[in-house]
Amino acid sequence: MNIPENLRYTKTHEWVRIEGDTATVGITEFAQEQLGDLTFVELPAVGRAVTAGEETAVVESVKAASDIYAPLPGTVTEVNQALNEHPELINTDPYDKGWIFRIKLSDKADQSVLLDAAQYAEIAGGN
Amino acid sequence: MTLKTPLHEEHQHLGARMAPFGGWDMPIQYAGILAEHAWTRSHASIFDTCHMGEFELSGPTAAADLEKLLTQQIGGMAEGACRYGYLLREDGGVLDDLTCYRLGPERFMLVVNAATTSADADWIQAHLSAQTTFHDISSQTGKLDIQGPNSRRAIEEVLQMPLPDLSYFSAREVEIANVTCLVSRSGYTGEWGYEIYLPAQETVRFWKMFLAGGAIRTAGLGARDTLRLEMGYPLYGHELSVDRSPVAASRGRFISLEKTFIGREAVENDLRKGVSHYLAGLRLAGRRAARAGDRVLAQGVEAGVVTSGSFAPSLGTAVAMAYIKNDLCRPGTQLEIATRGGTLPAEVVSLPFYKKGTARG
Repeated sequence: MNIPENLRYTKTHEWVRIEGDTATVGITEFAQEQLGDLTFVELPAVGRAVTAGEETAVVESVKAASDIYAPLPGTVTEVNQALNEHPELINTDPYDKGWIFRIKLSDKADQSVLLDAAQYAEIAGGN
Repeated sequence: MTLKTPLHEEHQHLGARMAPFGGWDMPIQYAGILAEHAWTRSHASIFDTCHMGEFELSGPTAAADLEKLLTQQIGGMAEGACRYGYLLREDGGVLDDLTCYRLGPERFMLVVNAATTSADADWIQAHLSAQTTFHDISSQTGKLDIQGPNSRRAIEEVLQMPLPDLSYFSAREVEIANVTCLVSRSGYTGEWGYEIYLPAQETVRFWKMFLAGGAIRTAGLGARDTLRLEMGYPLYGHELSVDRSPVAASRGRFISLEKTFIGREAVENDLRKGVSHYLAGLRLAGRRAARAGDRVLAQGVEAGVVTSGSFAPSLGTAVAMAYIKNDLCRPGTQLEIATRGGTLPAEVVSLPFYKKGTARG
């Protein structure tokens, strides 16, 4: 199971890459494997303000739909438009080309709620 | 209790994702639903369908009993012929959809859905003449479906023997690897293919034999479902149930009115008066899928309910089957579906959704 050390994670299987005041969000390799082939991604509107834990995007597989939550509060600044035509990028490259949205973090964002790779590995392994 | 097919261990060795279906622990996918779907449409796939039920009926009164129990015409079926139809209650409710094979002048095999096998067996046995013998042969019968445009060539290569020329929906007993199998040219994918019935204890050996060449790949129930949905084939429990008239599902197809059968009065009544809702296909504009239970609306007003829905891999958009009010189910009608993710536009289209299937050759 690939769980990059340089990323942070949530209990709901999102990964977060924090660069300055920007967080890039996607779903983990474990999550995409559990969901199976993705066929549709609903991206949030750019400019939308989100709170931590808010349903921000939706991914659909052949069988089911799942919500993707904002890991930290902020404002959506960018979404991965490539997913409109190629939702399978989340399956093939979850940590890079399969990123879903970027948030400019609010001042109140508390990064200590996020998990590190070792903590997330316990969740992903324990499922 | 969850039942296991003879191939359960094989599926686990192959790393299949397993899930319960109709009381059985079944493989949903191996490599992935989209890849398995595409391989079936373009090459050939093998499906474990051992969960389905098989009954053998024989005796001098077997044909007459089946005529009365089933909606399809039994008289006139040649040996080796296979016909699809319904098992109905008196009130016309659909107990099951099934295929009937004529194996001999007085010998028949019924193939029924997994979840309904036991209830079907009870119903059928309660309606048989004393001289008809009934055997539930489900547990001793293995079933492998090999489906896809290359399936004949791929099977012949693996077996190093030619398959008989079979017309669509006909079957023949064939000696394969020292085992007598019933090979039927039929299936649930819309592609050219076979349903192979064999002794349950031979299933693992045959499964490995068919996979050995590499031309035939495994496919699970996930792909089986998207393939059948693209063809507009019903799935019992979704499109068919005791609460739906078979007339609503297929407008009189698969029902012979040249005979009497249980439920005929209700069917005739529904055919004469029409029913409030009919099963129809809906094509959605985008990839987002509607799901079973989603409401269908016409300009905001209740128009029906979705029974199956998914992204259709061969089409690149989502499709759905739905029971829709009788004045709104003509192809071209613009409707909406209220899904969990919002209201999606949908157009009534003729079935099948996927029109390039090779099943009929």
